[in-house]
Amino acid sequence: MKRIESKINTSSAEFQANAAHNRKVVDDFRELQRKARDDRPQRDIDRLRSQNKLLVRERLKLLLDPGTPFLEFSSLAANDAYDGDVPGAACVTGIGIVSGREVVINAGDASVKGGAWYPLTVKKTVRALDIAIENRLPVVHLCDSAGGFLPLQADLFADKYMAGRIFRNQCQLSKMGVQQVSVVLGHCTAGGAYVPGLSDYNVIVRGTGAIFLAGPPLVKAATGEDVSVEDLGGCDMHTSVSGTADYPASSEEEAIAIARDIVAQFKRPQKTHIEWQEPEAPFYDPSELYGVIPKDIKQQFDIREVIARLVDGSRFHEYQPNYGKTLICGYAHLWGYKIGILGNNGVLFNDSSLKGAHFIELCNQNKTPILFLQNITGFMVGREYERRGITKDGAKMIMAVSCSEVPKFTVMCNGSFGAGNYGMSGRAFDSRFLFAWPQSQISVMGAEQAANTLADVKVRQLAKQGKKLTQEDIDAIRDPVLGEFKRKQSAYWSTSEMWDDGILDPADTRNALGIALSASLSAPIGDPRYGIFRM
Amino acid sequence: MMSKRFTKVLVANRGEIAVRVIRGAKKAGYQTVAVYSDADKDSMHVLEADEAVRIGPSPAKDSYLLIENILAAAKLSGAQAIHPGYGFLSEREAFAKAVQDAGLIFIGPDPHSIEAMGNKSASKIRMIAANVPCVPGYQGDDQADETLVAESKKAGLPVMVKAAAGGGGRGMRLVYEANELLANIQSARSEATNAFGSGQLLIEKAVMDARHVEIQIFGDRHGNVIHFGERDCSVQRRNQKVVEEAPSPAVDEALRVKMGAAAVAAAKAVNYVGAGTVEFMLARDGQFYFLEMNTRLQVEHPVTELVYGVDLVEWQLRVAQGEPLPLTQEQVSAKRKGWAIEVRLCAEDPRDNYMPQTGPVLSWSAPQGDGVRVDTYLTTGATISPFYDSMQAKVIAWGEDRETARTRLLKALEQTSFLGVVNNKDYLSAILANEAFASGDFSTAFIGKYFPQEQVSAAKPSSRHVALAVVALYLDDAQKLAEENNLSSEFIGWHSSHEAPAEFKLKWRDQEYDLEVLVHDGHQFSIEIAGSKIEINVARSLPHEFHYIVEGVQGKAVIAHHGDAVWLTAEGTTHCYTDTSLAPAQAVAAGADGRILANSDGKIVAVHVEAGQKVEKGTTLVVLEAMKMEFQLTTPVSGVIETVSVKAGDQVKGRQLLVQVKPDA
Repeated sequence: MKRIESKINTSSAEFQANAAHNRKVVDDFRELQRKARDDRPQRDIDRLRSQNKLLVRERLKLLLDPGTPFLEFSSLAANDAYDGDVPGAACVTGIGIVSGREVVINAGDASVKGGAWYPLTVKKTVRALDIAIENRLPVVHLCDSAGGFLPLQADLFADKYMAGRIFRNQCQLSKMGVQQVSVVLGHCTAGGAYVPGLSDYNVIVRGTGAIFLAGPPLVKAATGEDVSVEDLGGCDMHTSVSGTADYPASSEEEAIAIARDIVAQFKRPQKTHIEWQEPEAPFYDPSELYGVIPKDIKQQFDIREVIARLVDGSRFHEYQPNYGKTLICGYAHLWGYKIGILGNNGVLFNDSSLKGAHFIELCNQNKTPILFLQNITGFMVGREYERRGITKDGAKMIMAVSCSEVPKFTVMCNGSFGAGNYGMSGRAFDSRFLFAWPQSQISVMGAEQAANTLADVKVRQLAKQGKKLTQEDIDAIRDPVLGEFKRKQSAYWSTSEMWDDGILDPADTRNALGIALSASLSAPIGDPRYGIFRM
Repeated sequence: MMSKRFTKVLVANRGEIAVRVIRGAKKAGYQTVAVYSDADKDSMHVLEADEAVRIGPSPAKDSYLLIENILAAAKLSGAQAIHPGYGFLSEREAFAKAVQDAGLIFIGPDPHSIEAMGNKSASKIRMIAANVPCVPGYQGDDQADETLVAESKKAGLPVMVKAAAGGGGRGMRLVYEANELLANIQSARSEATNAFGSGQLLIEKAVMDARHVEIQIFGDRHGNVIHFGERDCSVQRRNQKVVEEAPSPAVDEALRVKMGAAAVAAAKAVNYVGAGTVEFMLARDGQFYFLEMNTRLQVEHPVTELVYGVDLVEWQLRVAQGEPLPLTQEQVSAKRKGWAIEVRLCAEDPRDNYMPQTGPVLSWSAPQGDGVRVDTYLTTGATISPFYDSMQAKVIAWGEDRETARTRLLKALEQTSFLGVVNNKDYLSAILANEAFASGDFSTAFIGKYFPQEQVSAAKPSSRHVALAVVALYLDDAQKLAEENNLSSEFIGWHSSHEAPAEFKLKWRDQEYDLEVLVHDGHQFSIEIAGSKIEINVARSLPHEFHYIVEGVQGKAVIAHHGDAVWLTAEGTTHCYTDTSLAPAQAVAAGADGRILANSDGKIVAVHVEAGQKVEKGTTLVVLEAMKMEFQLTTPVSGVIETVSVKAGDQVKGRQLLVQVKPDA
C-alpha cells in the first residue's frame, strides 16, 4: 500500500488557525467531560461516604485491570437534558479489560440522584447491552440504583426500548451464551432487582447491598409487614436462604475482587480472524487533525488528510481513484486490522453512490470491516440527477449499508446532513460503534437553510393575509428557529440524546477505533445477503 | 605404565565445580561421568557429562555423601578414576581409601595426607616439627595462674585467653596489657567453669587485624612440590570467604618466596600429592602463621589459574596419571601475570542474616568480555533447591593490575542478570566498590567494619527503583494484553474519556508502596509515589528489559515477572516486589461483623458471657447442642458483648442471632 501524500502545509496560517480553534473546541469538550464525571453536590458525596460506599470511578479502578484501556460510551449523555442535573445519565458504560477479558461495563452512578433511572439512563443502559449483544461481550453490572425516576415513569417504563428492554437484552445475552456478572453494591429495587436476578453470577455486599421487588416502606404499605432491609433482601438472606445472590462479600473491595475472579473463569472468546499485520504508527501525526478540520463547517477538506492521520503508516489503497471522486473508498490497516474506508469528499452523486455500494459489497465479500468517515451534505438534487436516478442509486448504497454483515464503524467527522447520514451508515444503520467529533453537526438540512425555509413559509403566509414584514419581523421569526436548529444539530445535543456512542477527541479516534475493532471481532461475521438493489 | 592410564573420570560432586571439572576433563580428552541426586537430575553437570548415574534422593547424606553409592556408580559406568571436587567427600580419608581399595584412582592426595591434615592439633604439631610457623601459645596442663601469665608474655601480647572446652566467645578474653593478664585469666576461668564445667584455659597469640592469605601448592608422585603463589581471602563473613584474589595486596616477592617455601615444606611434611592449599594468617608486621591445609581443589582456584595461565584440573589429572609436574617452580613463577579477583555469588539474603534462598531462577545471564570468567551451573529456568550449598556462581575477572581486575569485575557483576531468587549480587558490588577494598588495605575484619548487619539490613529501594518496577509491571501487562487481543501496546492506559491514573500497590518485604501511574502514548510515565512525582520515559521496551530516560539520562532495567513477583535490576540494584494491586481484599470470616448466629437448629447448653464483657478473638461465647453434638460458638473478632439474646436451655433456630459483639475498631 502506498503512503498518502499529504498536501497540507502544517506551517500555514490557515492550518495554525484551524489547529488553535479546534484545540479550544477539544479543551471545552474535555472540561464538559470533567464536569460530568466529577462535579457533584457535596451532600451526595457525603451521603455515599457515610454509607461506606465508593464512588463509581473508584469502583471502576478496582474492577479494571490496572493500566488497561477503557473505551467509555456516551460520557456526555443527558448533558443537555433534565437541566443538566443528570450528568452522564447517572451511569457509566464502556468496554474495559477485566481479568484479561474484554467486557462491557454497566455501572450505576449513585452520586447522581441516588443512581435513579431517568429515561436517558435506560437508553444508555439498553445501548450498552445492545453493544454486548452485537459484539458478544460479557457484561459486568455494578448495581447501585434508587430505582426508576418516578416523575418521568411514563418516559421510561413501558415502550419497546424502555426499561423492560434492559432485562430482555440480559436474557438475549444469556441465550447467546454470553456471560454476565452483577455486583450488588447498593439497592436493586423493583425492576433493578432483575439485573442481578438475570445475571449468571452475582455478588452482594453485606450491609449496603440489597435486592428486593419492593423495599421495606412499600412492603409496609402493601401488607403491613415490618421488616428490615437486611432481613428483606440483604446479603446473608439472599446468599444463604433465597439463593438469589451467589457470593457474599463484606466490603465493596472484596465484592469487586470476587467479580474479577468470576470473570477470570469466563472462557476467552474465539476471535473472528480477519487480515492483520503488525501495527505501525501513522506517518502523519494524528494530532495534526486539529489543523486539518476547518474552522468553518461549510469549508470542504480532503478526507484523505483525515485517513492519513488515522491509519497505519498513513498507507491507503484507494479503490477507483478516478471514478465517483466525491466518495473516497479504499483499504487500510488500523492498529494492524485490515479495514475498508468510505469517506466523503463532497456531495454524493450517482457515480459516487454506485462506487460506494460496490465497495461495501467488496468488503462484505472479503469480510473486511468498514469505517465510514462522514462529512456529507447529502445526495445531489436537481432535474439532471433525478433523471439519472440519484434516488435509486442512493437506495442501492443504503441497501448495501443496511445489509452489511461485516462490523461497521462510523465517525461523524464534520457535517452529516440529509440522507447522506443514512448512506454513510448513520445511527439507524446499526454501526457497531458510532463516534462524533466535538465540532460535528447532524441535521436533516443545514441550520441556515432550515431557518430560511421556515421564515420564507411564514413570510408568505403573512403576505397572503396582506401583512408586510420588516426585516426585524423576519429576524424575529428566523432567529429562534435558527437558534433551536443550531442547538439541536450540535454534537453535544446528539450525544446527549445518544445518537452516538460518545464524542471523541479527534486525536483519540485511532485508539477508540482500535478497541472497537477488537471488540467487534468477538462476534462471528456472517455471509453477505442483500435485498433488492433497484437497477 | 601406559596400561594403567585411566580414560574415564567420575566426578563425585555437583554444581559449578562438577561442571568445571567435567569441562576440564573433557578438554583433556577424558570420558566423563556425572553423578546426581533426584534434585539434580536436569542439572548442568548431568547434561554436560558423557554419562550420568543417579546416586540417590535429594538430601546430600543420601546421595553425594554416600561412599558406596559413588563407588557403585563408578563400577556401573566403568570409570577408572574419581574426582571429588570440593566439599562433600573431598576431604574424607575414608573416601580416598575406599576409592583406592576399589582399585580406582583417587584424583587427590593419598589417605594418609588427608588424615594428617584433618586433625587440627596433630597437624599443628607436625607443622611445628616441619618448621612451618604456627601461632605461638600454650596448651599445657599446668593451669597455675603464674604459668598462664608467663606463657602469655612468652607468646607476646596481645593474647587470646580461651576456654579449652569453649566456644561461642564465652570464657574468651583478648588481653593487651601485661598487668591485666591475671584478672582476665581468673575471670575467664570462672566463666569457663560455669559455662562448660571445665576451667581449663589455653593461650594463643592474638594476631590483630590479620589477613587470610593462602598458598596454592601442587605435588606429584615423583617427590616434587611447587607453589603457585598466594591468594588473599580476607574478605570473609563468619569465616565464609566472599571475595578472593591473587596475588595479595599485602604480599611482596620476598614474602611470597618465604610463604611459598613454608607451604611447600608443609606439603612435603605429609608427602602431599596433587592440588592443595596451605592457609595462613598474615599479620600486619609480615609474620604469618599456619592455620590449616585444605587437601583438595579450592573454590577460589580460578584466580590462581588466571594469574598463572594454567589449568589446575588438567594438572590434577596429569598427576593422578603418575606424570611429573609439567612445570618447575621457576617456570611457574615466571608465568605470573596480572591480577585476578573472584566473588562468590550466593543465593542468600544479606539483609536477612544471609539466609539461604531457594526457588526458580527466572533469569540468569552471565557476563562476558575480556578477562571475565564465570564458573556456574545456573541456567534460566533452573531451580535452586534447599539441599545444597547456597553458592551458585563464581564471577572472576583478570586484569593487568588490581584496579583493572576490580573495575572489570564490578562491570561484570553489573552485567550479570540473576533474578528469581534473592542473592548477594548487589552486596558483592558494594564490597568491590568500597574504598578500603579498592585500596587493598583491609583485613578479615573488613566486612564487620564496613558492612555491619544493621547497615546491610537497613538498605531500602529508592523511590525511583519502585517506580521502575511499576513501569515493568505495566509494560508486562501491556505485552500480555497486546498478545491476547492482538492490540498494540500503545493502547495501555488509554481512556477515551479522560486521563485516569492507574493505582498500583507494590510490596517490598514488609513495606507497602502505593503508586499512581499515568501513561501518555504508552511510554511516557508519570508516577506518584509517597507524595513525589517521577517522570519516566520508556525509550525501548523488549521482552525482558526496557530502556528508560529519567532526568535526561537513559538507563536500562532488566525484569522478570513470575506470578505476583516482579524482579527488577536497575541503577545497580536488584529488588523483588510483590504486586498486590489486585490482591483480593481479605475475605472476612462469618460473624466478623460481630453477629454470632446459631450454626443450626438446636438447644443452648451454656452461655459463657454477659453483656458488657470484653472478649478476645476465639473466646467461646455459647455452646449449642444439635444432632447429639456440641458446638462451641466462638467469636472471630475481639470486642465487647453488646447483647446476649439466649440463655442455657433455650431452643434456637439456625441463623438465629445469639450474641451481638461490638468489634474493636
